[in-house]
Amino acid sequence: MTVTEDKTPSTSPAKAELVRVHMRIKRYDPATDTRPRWQEFEVEMSPGDRVLDALHIVKWSQDGTLTFRRSCAHGVCGSDAMVINGENRLACVNLIRDLGTELVIEPIRGLSVIKDLVVDMEPFFAQYKSVLPFLIAKDDPGYKERLQSPEDRERYDDTTKCILCACCTTSCPVYWANSEYVGPAAIVNAHRFIFDSRDDAGQDRLDILNQKSGVWRCRTSFNCTEACPRGIKVTQAIEEVKRAILYDRV
Amino acid sequence: MNVHFHSYDAVIVGAGGAGLRAAIEVAGSVRTAVLTKLYPTRSHTGAAQGGMCAALANVEEDYWEWHAFDTVKGSDYLGDQPAIDIMCREAIDAVIDLEHMGMAFSRTPQGRIDQRRFGGHTRNHGEAPVRRSCYAADRTGHMILQTLYQQCVAKEVNFFNEFQVFDVLFEGEGKDRRTAGVVAYELETGDLHVFTSKGVLFATGGYGKMFRVSSNAHTLTGDGPGLLFKRGIPMQDLEFYQFHPTGIYGFGILLSEAARGEGGILRNGLGERFMERVAPTVKDLAPRDMVSRAIHAEIKEGRGAGPSKDYIYLDLTHLPPEQIDAKLPDITDFARTYLGIEPKKDPIPIQPTAHYAMGGIPTNVHGEVVIDGEGTIVPGLYAAGECACVSVHGANRLGTNSLLDIVVFGRRGGRAMADYVTSVDHPTIGRGAEEPVKARIEELKAGSGTEKVAEIRSTLQEAMTRDASVVRTEESLLDSLATIEDLKKRYTQIKIDDKSDVFNYDLTEALELGHLLDLAHGLVVGALARKESRGAHWRDDFPTRDDKNWMKHTLAHLEDDGSIRLDYKPVIGGKYEPMERKY
Repeated sequence: MTVTEDKTPSTSPAKAELVRVHMRIKRYDPATDTRPRWQEFEVEMSPGDRVLDALHIVKWSQDGTLTFRRSCAHGVCGSDAMVINGENRLACVNLIRDLGTELVIEPIRGLSVIKDLVVDMEPFFAQYKSVLPFLIAKDDPGYKERLQSPEDRERYDDTTKCILCACCTTSCPVYWANSEYVGPAAIVNAHRFIFDSRDDAGQDRLDILNQKSGVWRCRTSFNCTEACPRGIKVTQAIEEVKRAILYDRV
Repeated sequence: MNVHFHSYDAVIVGAGGAGLRAAIEVAGSVRTAVLTKLYPTRSHTGAAQGGMCAALANVEEDYWEWHAFDTVKGSDYLGDQPAIDIMCREAIDAVIDLEHMGMAFSRTPQGRIDQRRFGGHTRNHGEAPVRRSCYAADRTGHMILQTLYQQCVAKEVNFFNEFQVFDVLFEGEGKDRRTAGVVAYELETGDLHVFTSKGVLFATGGYGKMFRVSSNAHTLTGDGPGLLFKRGIPMQDLEFYQFHPTGIYGFGILLSEAARGEGGILRNGLGERFMERVAPTVKDLAPRDMVSRAIHAEIKEGRGAGPSKDYIYLDLTHLPPEQIDAKLPDITDFARTYLGIEPKKDPIPIQPTAHYAMGGIPTNVHGEVVIDGEGTIVPGLYAAGECACVSVHGANRLGTNSLLDIVVFGRRGGRAMADYVTSVDHPTIGRGAEEPVKARIEELKAGSGTEKVAEIRSTLQEAMTRDASVVRTEESLLDSLATIEDLKKRYTQIKIDDKSDVFNYDLTEALELGHLLDLAHGLVVGALARKESRGAHWRDDFPTRDDKNWMKHTLAHLEDDGSIRLDYKPVIGGKYEPMERKY
């Protein structure tokens, strides 16, 4: 490495010029509201701050009743999925400088709103659980690791990245219209085991996903792939599952 | 406020790696409830990146005894050697066990679990770095968390998601005291739930949110240690807090040591590879305490980078791009997302970040909570993972040993609790067990105070990062102590905006702040008393290790008047005699 050019990160205090961010947030308090309402907030932020940081500024200095889930704050726990400027995103991996100073924030769609940006995640996890999302292997490997070639490991690598944030499922127009649909996230997690060379229950999962609430509901809108904060090729995974059902081949 | 009652044989508090591993061990044989203030998959185990060490010897010669030696030396001889032996021996089985559960490890060309280098892990007692870390790209923690959760789904473990525990219940007094359950607050309704249970295992993780620059999740507020501290359980070795050398500048987000395990190099503002001077043999793969101190020194002596010369570079630019994509995909994405930097072309600005609590709830190797130097336990009370202190990490944890700790001691704690609860009858608890929690919540909601939770918290975080982190002095610690004592007074006058019952995070954040203040208090008082430098606890005014006076564990007690009282217990030795720590 040669240090010729000063690559100052935009978060450097030396460059931290604040910008005024206007936030329009959809709110709902079950104790007092009969329907959701919009509320506006103004905050001073550095361009390198996360949308989550802006929400925290509001909660911690303007209105402690503003309610949203969050934990890791860097895109690995999946708590803070919300609709930001019309698209499903995690508030902690989107920066002000990338989204601009006008932010419109709503809860993710298709799951019932409990309070402000907090939705009921139970139906989402119930669908996840319905696809047998765990290794089912009939062999007894004894006291040794099972072998798996790097190529076999690579086969299901993309779908191991899922953090169950629900960005994909709640961006799907089919899911909005029909909450019986198992949804992209559950299919991703089925794919992760169907294509794992160590697993023996691929056919059971394909049978589950061949039912009327399964993969055939997918209309290939690609919303899920665009929404995934982990960059998983969700639509492709769904297509691979469809093909496995059609051609009886994993 | 509605109150509900439940009866279980075992309750596990926290659903990260340690809690889930314990649940797998207990569920099936024992009626178990697992309570988490999040959803299990949101736990911070998922943020761990680099790997989990075990002497599998899949890619080069290795023995668990070498792993144990490295861990003892890494701990700066404060770790208890019998516990370290157990962890390093059982590591091999723990990795294979995870593989059998479906864990998606990265593989060698022969299809075996691949292994790579990590800080402080060496061949033959320090000769050279060794490939010991079993990994899944740079998302090992994510894979472990998912795998354990998947197994819990398969076993139909009984989860109470978004239930936050605020109190522990005991039956009897003094010597006859035993564990009787917990009181939990249901986030969705604001209802209280009293769980009577023969056994309770705490696995609530760390408390890194007492620092401003931190790799920890917002939810890592020391809930388990905090509430036990208040109930008279001492906390062990709180002053030993790990600062990870490579947090993203300005954010504190973790960039795994695996980056250096794969060949990454730390450089100062002049482009120098300064770790060559500090650790000639292992260089950038020295243990974290030494690397963080070296970074601190570079910056202090004016060799930092950037306009304020306040950061250091992690340089990956010489690594083959395909190696970066295959082995370090997530952390390089973090650099792109948060700094707008392409790590294949430019070095990444980093600074040390508060990362891991070596101290916590004292336990023995069965996960039983131990309350004194004689090994006295509270029957039915267990802890595992970061919230616990076995002590396997001593004064400084080696990288990867935290993922190892959670699976080894999660399993051991779960197993011990399952045995115990089948041998005793059900405890009885008096009427009104929920009253203290209920009163505190009602008091906060009715509160006429003026102090803002967020202000107290950020003042605490600033003070801890400034005065009680990588390098400490009597003066800096007295400053932080004065700040904490003042904040504890202000904390009695807090007010919250949200008075509602449903998802009242305004309320839960206020209660969490109480834990952070008490634990920070214990940390600083322990650090002030310890007039030596050992592992992560570095005193500029006492810059050497003092085995004669200080090779002992601290036990901090939180007194009724809010003050901290210290006593000590011996380190349990073994075959490795203390020696100077050089790498």
